[in-house]
Amino acid sequence: MTNSQKNTQTQGAEKPVIEIIEMHKWYGDFHVLSGINLKVQSQEKIVICGPSGSGKSTLIRCINRLEEHQRGQIIVNGTELSNDIKNIEKVRAEVGMVFQHFNLFPHLTILDNLTLGPIWVRKTPKKEAEEAAMMYLEKVQIAEQAKKFPGQLSGGQQQRVAIARSLCMNPEVMLFDEPTSALDPEMIKEVLDVMIELAEEGMTMIVVTHEMGFAKSVADRVLFMDDGEIVEQNSPNAFFDNPQHERTKLFLSQIL
Amino acid sequence: MSTATKAKRERLKPPITNVGVIGWLKTNLFNTWYNSLLTVLILAMLGWLIPPLIRWAFIDSLWNSSAQACRDIDGACWSIIPHNIKFIFLGFFPSGQEWRPILAMILLLGLVIYSKDLSRWKKSLAWMWLVNIIVMGTLMYGGIFGLPVVETSQWSGLPLTLTLSFFGMVVAYPFGVLLALGRRSKMPAIKTMSVVYIEMIRGVPLISLLFMSSVMFPLFLPEGVTIDKVLRALVAIILFTAAYIAEVVRGGLQAMPRGQYEAADSLGLNYNQTMRLIILPQALKIVIPPTVGILLSAFKDTSLVVIIALYDVLKTTMVTLSNPNWTGYSTEAYIFLAILYFIFCYAMSSYSRKLEKDLHTGH
Repeated sequence: MTNSQKNTQTQGAEKPVIEIIEMHKWYGDFHVLSGINLKVQSQEKIVICGPSGSGKSTLIRCINRLEEHQRGQIIVNGTELSNDIKNIEKVRAEVGMVFQHFNLFPHLTILDNLTLGPIWVRKTPKKEAEEAAMMYLEKVQIAEQAKKFPGQLSGGQQQRVAIARSLCMNPEVMLFDEPTSALDPEMIKEVLDVMIELAEEGMTMIVVTHEMGFAKSVADRVLFMDDGEIVEQNSPNAFFDNPQHERTKLFLSQIL
Repeated sequence: MSTATKAKRERLKPPITNVGVIGWLKTNLFNTWYNSLLTVLILAMLGWLIPPLIRWAFIDSLWNSSAQACRDIDGACWSIIPHNIKFIFLGFFPSGQEWRPILAMILLLGLVIYSKDLSRWKKSLAWMWLVNIIVMGTLMYGGIFGLPVVETSQWSGLPLTLTLSFFGMVVAYPFGVLLALGRRSKMPAIKTMSVVYIEMIRGVPLISLLFMSSVMFPLFLPEGVTIDKVLRALVAIILFTAAYIAEVVRGGLQAMPRGQYEAADSLGLNYNQTMRLIILPQALKIVIPPTVGILLSAFKDTSLVVIIALYDVLKTTMVTLSNPNWTGYSTEAYIFLAILYFIFCYAMSSYSRKLEKDLHTGH
């Protein structure tokens, strides 16, 4: 269902879902991101990798304005991010985000975590929101935990809830900021499986991760960032088998 | 997990010296020679203090006698309380109308007790409070339904203490929360105003605020305009308490992980929704213990209104003691008053502990 909807959208207009043009960002004097250009088409899956401190998290956090950029343009689904708070809220409602540390709301039940956005932002009636929430919980295979609180769940379960929470907003794009980095090894797979399923259904995704296996099997494009720049981008096969840039080669030799 | 795989390991009982009464005594009271010495000394001191205290308070005491009879005994003269209970509790409230403040207080305490359960915190409860406050106000002030008007200057004793502390706390709390949010605001004007307010109020004692409200403030009013004295004291208490609440709440806001703001933001919630639904419910819960500390001291500080000649329950007790018949029994009167304050304060603090437990989610 989601697939066909997205397809018609793509056919209707070949406009990218996300367009970043000559974007720069500074923390004080420190130039974290420089000259970023990126277009993401609908249904595209992009994996961003790179050494720590290279700016990859900062880049995706700019896309929903958790971080402010100082120069250049970021256009999400036709809306340009500026200081206009209404635009920012609109973009945020269309962009789902999954964090390294889950960031579930500990004082709300799992179900309430999921329905909060739809009820308050989308103004969905409560009953409808709860039905949708249960559907997404089933999808991430955690429906039986709906009445529990986040603190009672394991890390892997919490992260799956966090994914379901984003999905409840029917996002155009999903951003994943190192979604498996805070998990115990035996829980990584359950989260990656959910993400793979999501990718197969045609969700547009940008994933910052160190899981190269995931990158190889799911990504349409792999971006390598270093020192605030996109150094290299290519299809996964070309990227891993035949890296062009010295810095990429060095990075790959360190992690593989 | 009880069977097969794990059944093999032997489960040992803890060593006998560590459990039971003897174990406890041994590990806590007699574990070293100096602890044993301290234990014996303290027991001796209690043995020396407590019997005379019991004798004074319960054996040689009189509970409901005349003032005259009290002159002939060595024990406590508790009779001062029942003989003056009406004045201590109700002060100058016109006689014949005493049922009104009594009923108002019963309504207040009744609804407070009813509101204890979190499951009853619904919209209907807010309406019940609104109606209750109007009814209580009508009972106290009168003026309609054939009830004679009782000016606030005649409100005294426990009703005055409860009015000042209840409204003081209930209004100061949300005001303090707003100030805390203001102090963390990104808008410089709001932030500066909040900081200046909080620091100014925290820089002066409550007594000086009360003086200002009763002595200085009327000077600034145009001639002929007067503002009720109880109201002025109440406003002073509110302004004062709010500044302290604000700082405690700010501490709670600072303790919130950034991830909570980011998660709320990334769902597209606006500032008000983020604060109301995500941040404040968690932050206010974290700061329940210090908040209750402030509310308790606000409750006790209402007794400072004696200095601007309001007759709260402390002052009515003092007036009783100035009656020649009953002078000299201040110990008994103040013990009674201390117990009264203790009951209210203990109820508040144990309720706050229950609230913390009820609001605890997870782990």
